[in-house]
Amino acid sequence: MSMILPILTFLPLLGALLCLLVPREEAGLHRGIGLVTSLVTFAASLLLLPDFEPAKMSYVVRWPWAPSLGIEFHLGIDGISLWLVMLTTFLLPVVFLSTFTAITDKVREFVVCALVLQTGMLGAFLALDLFLFYVMWEVMLVPMYFIIGIWGGDRRLYASIKFVIYTMVGSLLMLIAILFLYIKGHEATGVWSFDYDNLRKLVLTAAEQKWCFAAFALAFCIKVPLFPLHTWLPDAHVEAPTAGSVILASVLLKFGPYGLIRFAMPMFPQALLDWAPLLSLLAVIGIVYGSLVAYAQTDIKKLIAYSSVAHMGFVVLGLMMLNSRGVNGALYQCLAHGISTGALFLSVGVIYERRHTRRMEEFGGLWQRMPVFAAFLLIFTMASIGLPGLSGFVGEFLIIIGTFSANKAGTGMPQVFEHATLLAALAATGVVFGAVYMLSLFQRVMLGPLTNPLNRKLRDLSGREIWMLLPMLVMAFWLGICPKTFLKDIDPAVTATLSQIREKFAAGPSEGKPYMLGGDKAKAAPGKADPAAGKAEPAKGNPPAAAGGQP
Amino acid sequence: MTQQFPLYLIIVLPLLGAVLNLLFGRRFGNGFVSLVACSAVAGAALIATMGVFTLASDVPRGMLVDELISGDFMLAGDLKLAAGLMLDPLSSVLVLIVTWIALLIHIYATGYMEHEPDYARFFGYLNLFTGAMLILVLGDSLPITFIGWEGVGLASYLLIGFWYTEDKNATAGRKAFVVNRIGDFGFLLGMCVLYTVIGTFKYSELGNHIIELRAPYFMGWPVAYWAAALLFIGCMGKSAQIPLYVWLPDAMAGPTPVSALIHAATMVTAGVYVVARTHVLFDMQPHAARMLVAGIGATTALFAATIGIVQRDFKKVLAYSTVSQLGFMFVGVGTGAYAAGIFHLLTHAFFKAGLFLGAGSVMHGMGGEGDITKMGGLGKHMPWTRWTFFIYCLAIAGIFPFAGFFSKDAILAGAFATHFQMAEAMPEWAKTAVHVYPYILWGMLALAALCTAFYMWRLYFIVFTGSFRGTAEQEHHVHESPSEMVLPLVILAIGSVVVGFLGVPAVMTHGFPESAEQVLGFFPAWLAKAGILAGDEPHSHAVEWALMALALGLSGAGIGLAAMLYRGGISETAVTLKTKLGGLYQLLWNKYYVDELYHLIFVRPLKVIARVLWRFADATVVDGGLTKLGPAIVGGLGTLTRRLQNGDVQRYIIAVVAGAAAILFVATYWLPLRGVQGTVSVDKRKVSLALGGGKVVPGRLVYRIDWDGDGKWDETSRFTSLVHEYGGPGDYTIKIEAQDPQWGVADSNTLHAKVE
Repeated sequence: MSMILPILTFLPLLGALLCLLVPREEAGLHRGIGLVTSLVTFAASLLLLPDFEPAKMSYVVRWPWAPSLGIEFHLGIDGISLWLVMLTTFLLPVVFLSTFTAITDKVREFVVCALVLQTGMLGAFLALDLFLFYVMWEVMLVPMYFIIGIWGGDRRLYASIKFVIYTMVGSLLMLIAILFLYIKGHEATGVWSFDYDNLRKLVLTAAEQKWCFAAFALAFCIKVPLFPLHTWLPDAHVEAPTAGSVILASVLLKFGPYGLIRFAMPMFPQALLDWAPLLSLLAVIGIVYGSLVAYAQTDIKKLIAYSSVAHMGFVVLGLMMLNSRGVNGALYQCLAHGISTGALFLSVGVIYERRHTRRMEEFGGLWQRMPVFAAFLLIFTMASIGLPGLSGFVGEFLIIIGTFSANKAGTGMPQVFEHATLLAALAATGVVFGAVYMLSLFQRVMLGPLTNPLNRKLRDLSGREIWMLLPMLVMAFWLGICPKTFLKDIDPAVTATLSQIREKFAAGPSEGKPYMLGGDKAKAAPGKADPAAGKAEPAKGNPPAAAGGQP
Repeated sequence: MTQQFPLYLIIVLPLLGAVLNLLFGRRFGNGFVSLVACSAVAGAALIATMGVFTLASDVPRGMLVDELISGDFMLAGDLKLAAGLMLDPLSSVLVLIVTWIALLIHIYATGYMEHEPDYARFFGYLNLFTGAMLILVLGDSLPITFIGWEGVGLASYLLIGFWYTEDKNATAGRKAFVVNRIGDFGFLLGMCVLYTVIGTFKYSELGNHIIELRAPYFMGWPVAYWAAALLFIGCMGKSAQIPLYVWLPDAMAGPTPVSALIHAATMVTAGVYVVARTHVLFDMQPHAARMLVAGIGATTALFAATIGIVQRDFKKVLAYSTVSQLGFMFVGVGTGAYAAGIFHLLTHAFFKAGLFLGAGSVMHGMGGEGDITKMGGLGKHMPWTRWTFFIYCLAIAGIFPFAGFFSKDAILAGAFATHFQMAEAMPEWAKTAVHVYPYILWGMLALAALCTAFYMWRLYFIVFTGSFRGTAEQEHHVHESPSEMVLPLVILAIGSVVVGFLGVPAVMTHGFPESAEQVLGFFPAWLAKAGILAGDEPHSHAVEWALMALALGLSGAGIGLAAMLYRGGISETAVTLKTKLGGLYQLLWNKYYVDELYHLIFVRPLKVIARVLWRFADATVVDGGLTKLGPAIVGGLGTLTRRLQNGDVQRYIIAVVAGAAAILFVATYWLPLRGVQGTVSVDKRKVSLALGGGKVVPGRLVYRIDWDGDGKWDETSRFTSLVHEYGGPGDYTIKIEAQDPQWGVADSNTLHAKVE
């Protein structure tokens, strides 16, 4: 069991290597390898669930990788990453099922890309060494670039390059911040290390924190994506193949909030408070703006992409509130968005495969021909709207309550949100707008008369498609009806993280040299060094005066 | 005071029925579907009834409790929420209405929907609705109620758009959902206020936090006002009050049993229920929240009743009537006569469900025709439908001794007698206004009651009396409905006669034997056990009797007017009246143009803003800005460096020359500073100093001189020739320093002077 995390991370890579040994022509075999590998990975991830201890890092492995540079292969999992890892392993089999008829060209390459991508995603969720995290972060980028660029739509090159450039801009700044931390860590302890457990305790000056937080947060906010950094998303979603859209929406976007709560927020609490008002404002703008722009769309995938901007705005808003309700809600919303939006993209894939168009005006009245599909799409639509009993409600509810009560006593943090209730009220308009654009989508595609003759002969869902959508449906209900299953793991980890943030915040920023929280403070505390220097100065100033008196 | 009872079964049975019918109904046929749907609701009704009897006999002042899902439903730090259920006297009223009326309507629908190909889907939705409605009324806290609240919204959406192949129906469903969501926005924020201040959502705990609720919260108003007003926005949406009533008339696009169950008897009354449930908030003095509720209610009651007068679509008339009657209920709860409001909810459930089912029966017989001007003389073809409809019309018009009389009388009396508490610091005119307010409410309701009697009996006379105005084919087809449809009509008619006697005003039962008094005054006494009070009574019996007589007289006048104009068909007078009142008629016929107004100020601007944001803000500013900014920076640097290396030898030469010039400039102006020079000439005790070299621009450098070498600067000057007189003889060291303030560079030198 202690080896479970590395096994989990590299199982998909093993599958990818296996694929490379099989001749290129054996498309069926490649699909089989992809599906079986992802199913085995999912089964392996299920082993994590019994007796999970959410409040601390579990199943930790720590192997030296490049000892001379202080780089370690350090993996661990807690309640924050647990369900994101589960989401990743759960989704990949569904994604492979969705590609059986959609991807017929370069099957081997696709399966390899998807499996390498999964290794990257799992590795990044599990990494506890900043260097390792950065490597895994970049490992994710390349296969996704290929998935969009090779199997995508007409403007796939534009979209894939835009995706890469946006992500790279953020990640390069993050790399600089990581190296800066690495150097400052050495300055404070004399040890070269990228280890997160160490660097988390590193206390920098207020200005340094501000810049480091900005670098990290930029990388993560591009990933979220936070308004106004979101415009790569609609392009990437529209051009990506269904499988790519699903992975992108369900998992890749989650690295934004995950990075914020795992790295940026606990490491730089002082800066967090400086930036939180701005980020929460942008999040709320994103909710309203994303909803409105979604309402204007005529392309189904673009509509869902903009709805993601709105939903992920909720996530950032919840995180910035720094109370257990908001942060729990944000992490819950990540899971809910992963299921409902992933399922919506799968559903769009179903009709795209039949009609090769995503324009809403091409459809209408599909319910008559595809009643089973209509039932699925209806439920996913309602989940996305946030209907209680389905996945979307719990997260939105907790985030809105968390935002509204941000100034409620007991957070142990300064109250930086003067207008938290206003933010909550604006965010709650997202609840209304969500119904507006999603129901308009559902009506334009599924309801009304069946006027387009091309839609007369559409088949309803095939058995494979039902098996692909059914797990998503079950999870949509599960997330809505038994939130406790997930919150019992998320909540203790959130509580622990919030108390870390509080503790580090209470210690205050460093006023000069960096030092380690909980280490030997006296050695580095600048307060004691300064008076000594102050006394020394007049002592130096006197002798010349005395000397001047001599002649 | 609480006792465990398996309340969850009441909810789970209909939900199970929904799942079975939606998954397997198509396969197993209509018989299976009806059996599952009806027995699920019947089971729920029986368990609910057992629960109410247990409550009445075992814990008369407490409640029965249960959990829908054991343990915490939601937990996040200090927020812990259990899916708790409770049955107390208030929810017991709603639970009985919902389960039993739902059962009747399920039975009716087995006949009404007989030829529907999507039979299973219909009953699946209907069961889903019943389950969600029961969550709403049984929930012991606002979020659990909210779960049911949204569930009934979903069911309503699905059932309004049940015949989805017509865009009109789908649009009506969407409109209902979106308008309700606007209300939910308020409901959510109301919950937020309560959680933030008192940290609980539970109904039973609201009363323990009076002090916190009274504290000022925002803009100087207390917490309770904000919570009450925000929750009431939700109630306006669900219970179709001004300004959020617009979805309900459109909701008539759904099948008629749906209109009867959801859009008349149960779901739309949820707002009244929530106000009564959270009455602690609304009772906060001064009574601003209650005045708001009552004002909205009275305005809606009158407004909708006037629209109902001229409508020609059978179900539209009934829809506006429902909006108007819900307004009556809100006046009841708003004036503190909670029991009266809930009592009207009960009686209205019977007669309005009956009216809708009667309408359905007529339209069923007419082959789906809904325009009342094409009907007429149907009484002789459909005797059961006609006479039951007759009873419902008497009940809603408020004729003694039918149910509507007692409940409407209770609301009118409560409105007339109420005293709104006011703030002490109010100006005199405002105090007068608050004093007069109850009488205004009463007057509006009395007028609305007059309109109600008129439009209901207009409907009755036009449809059932006179001669047939439709096509010959329709006339041939007209028939009485099957027994499964007639039976619910009869049961509801009996109810419309009987239930009123549960709430006979005390003034009438004066002098009756005690047991009879207990039965006749049962309803308010039962609710009082849950703290739901009956409100103020008129201070004298004479006033009470007079009010009753006046209300009865107005109803009679309404019926008489309707008879005069429409008995035996639409009379000449009615037609001339219509042309004479042209403008007013048009205004009412077009429902005060509210839909058009909303379209103009909300719907269209939203669409335009959305398009502008997308096309301009997103595509041009945000995307255009960011995707061009990056390349612009990179491109700019590239262009610059490219220009520097373009292979043009002339430019290289120019660059070389320019570089050389720069070096020369530095050499001539910067280097002179290096090694500042000075010439000392001594004249007795006077020493003259000439500084610098010839190339220094005068005034550019600043010199500092230390004449005696003690480390202190004695003189600062921009001049190059200086004179100093020494006090005595000696060998002095002169230190000089030249500073260039523009470049921040300096140099120094040391000279000597011998003075005798």
